[in-house]
Amino acid sequence: MSKELIRLRDLCMAYDNEPVLNNINLYINDKEFLTLLGPSGCGKTTTLRIIGGFVTPTSGDVLFDGVRINDVPPYRRQINTVFQKYALFPHLNVFENIAFGLRMQRRPDPSDPTGKKQVKIPEEEIRERVMEMLEVINLKGFEHRKPDALSGGQQQRVAIARALVNRPKVLLLDEPLGALDLKLRKDMQIELKRIQQQVGITFIYVTHDQEEALTMSDTIVVMDKGSIQQIGTPEDIYNEPKNAFVADFIGESNIIDGVMVRDRVVKMYGREFPCLDGGFAENEPVDVVIRPEDIDIVPVEQGQLTGTVTNVTFKGMQYDIIVDFRGFKWLIQTTDHSPVGARIGIKIDPDGIHVMKKSSYSGMFGDYSSFSEEYDELDDASLALDEEESEDEE
Amino acid sequence: MKNKLSHFAIPYVVWMALFVVAPIIMVVVYAFSAAEGGFTLANFARMGTYTVVFTRSFKLAIIATLVCLLIGYPVSYMMSKEGPRFQRIAMVLIMLPMWMNFLLRTYSWMSILENNGLLNQLFQKIGLIALYNSIFGTDIQFFRMMNTQGAVVLGMVYNYLPFMILPIYSVIVKLDNSLIEAARDLGADTFNVFRRVILPLSLPGVLSGITMVFVPSVSTFAISKMLGGGTEMMLGDLIEQQFLGGAYNPQLGAAISLVMMIIVVVCMVVMNRFGEGEEQAVML
Repeated sequence: MSKELIRLRDLCMAYDNEPVLNNINLYINDKEFLTLLGPSGCGKTTTLRIIGGFVTPTSGDVLFDGVRINDVPPYRRQINTVFQKYALFPHLNVFENIAFGLRMQRRPDPSDPTGKKQVKIPEEEIRERVMEMLEVINLKGFEHRKPDALSGGQQQRVAIARALVNRPKVLLLDEPLGALDLKLRKDMQIELKRIQQQVGITFIYVTHDQEEALTMSDTIVVMDKGSIQQIGTPEDIYNEPKNAFVADFIGESNIIDGVMVRDRVVKMYGREFPCLDGGFAENEPVDVVIRPEDIDIVPVEQGQLTGTVTNVTFKGMQYDIIVDFRGFKWLIQTTDHSPVGARIGIKIDPDGIHVMKKSSYSGMFGDYSSFSEEYDELDDASLALDEEESEDEE
Repeated sequence: MKNKLSHFAIPYVVWMALFVVAPIIMVVVYAFSAAEGGFTLANFARMGTYTVVFTRSFKLAIIATLVCLLIGYPVSYMMSKEGPRFQRIAMVLIMLPMWMNFLLRTYSWMSILENNGLLNQLFQKIGLIALYNSIFGTDIQFFRMMNTQGAVVLGMVYNYLPFMILPIYSVIVKLDNSLIEAARDLGADTFNVFRRVILPLSLPGVLSGITMVFVPSVSTFAISKMLGGGTEMMLGDLIEQQFLGGAYNPQLGAAISLVMMIIVVVCMVVMNRFGEGEEQAVML
């Protein structure tokens, strides 16, 4: 087990008496890839900025290697940041951008026995380390380019190199892939993970993109409304969501009201389903999460439940089918085609059923009855946008 | 490239030809012609007598520009750090004197700086002049401030300072805050953030500020006439005399104008070279 590097203790933050973080408690291990995941306004960026030293928390402590660093300015922390819009210095070329941090550094003079004299890093060493970094990010030969002569992905990698060249113990990344197109984003996800493993330091990554979080992280911290909802590995978060918010935010899920009859038996739609969960009170009301891909379509007579198909969308790898079960619409992802209007039966394996305690999020997410309308609305929105644009041109 | 809107540019082209290109051509033609007509270089040869005016003009303009920069940069920088309300008010205060006529403003400085003007009366009241006399063993009634080079520089700084503040301010206020955060994150303290990020990125504003103060300063004639009292003659006065004054000699005036123009353009080109690699300075 690796050792703990950063700990956030009872961290609270408020802007103008408006709380944005409530009692954040979190520890981050050395060499870990940790992601703060949540919708916009959940406090993830504020948490990152507190760790980076750009914001002072209202109360609570930030510990680095066991030392409280609340009041340590950013330039004295062994932490570097990759900013959302890269923030490369436009007046410096790639080489100088990456060398910036090294030129700022002073360290004890090795020839001075008292160790008090501070000297700059020699030019040869700067050159060596910048070149080494350019190799890590695959941008050798670009050192004389200005940032505006680089593509978004290249600028991104320069920003990462500029931070990493200082050999920080922790790299903070604030939605660094947000401005890239989908294909590049996928490539960069793998690239980032590779870089993290190559340099072997802690990455703290902020994103609202659940897929990004699942792909790269060792640990995911799901946040909402300034509080941590769940901490766990990607598998934990996906397979065992702690409440309806996490289940809804990470992937697609059908969230159904149920009652825990006894250990390993949950009742939905008046029927008992075998499951793997336990530890609830007898007849305790619960939220049941069933992932769309965990549902098997079977002939009506073999089904645990029967419903009517109301909508089918072809998604390439699978069909997204909306099925009406007594007025509550489910999303089912399947490779088998079922026509709209067909009566079908479904079967759910015990390990496909996840039971959660009721929380303040219960009942907030509804069913998939708005599924098709959502697409319509999106179409309308893009249409309206087109009209506006054409007006501008005139 | 043919643009369907290009014919809208015609009035501007005509305007430029009439009021910019044609006068310059006339200046060039005049500069190279003798009073009775015909080509000559005599006008330039005569200019040697006025070297002292050239040096004085450039010296005072450079001093005024430097003073404007020394005041203007910190003011712009501090203004950009304040809240939007403060910035709006400060902007109005900076612009306010410019709503008044230029000559009027300069006249008011005359009554402030006069031997028995406001400032000297104030000095008398608070005993500054008596103090000066007792320290230096002199017996003066007032400080002579009018008709000095200092008064001319003061007039230039007062009149042209907004032209230094505005371009610098507008560049600094648009600086992306994340660049400053990035610099701090990479280990730069406040001084280095300024020196390595804010200063180089505000250079275009500084260059256009310098241009906008230096050019009118070097060619001014009203300020030097009113505050310098004619004793501190500058290029502007010299040229004016050749066209309107007793020394009527438009050919010589044109030659002086031409030389001044060339020197100014060369200065600007050299300075913009200086800032090359940064964004090109906005020449207004």
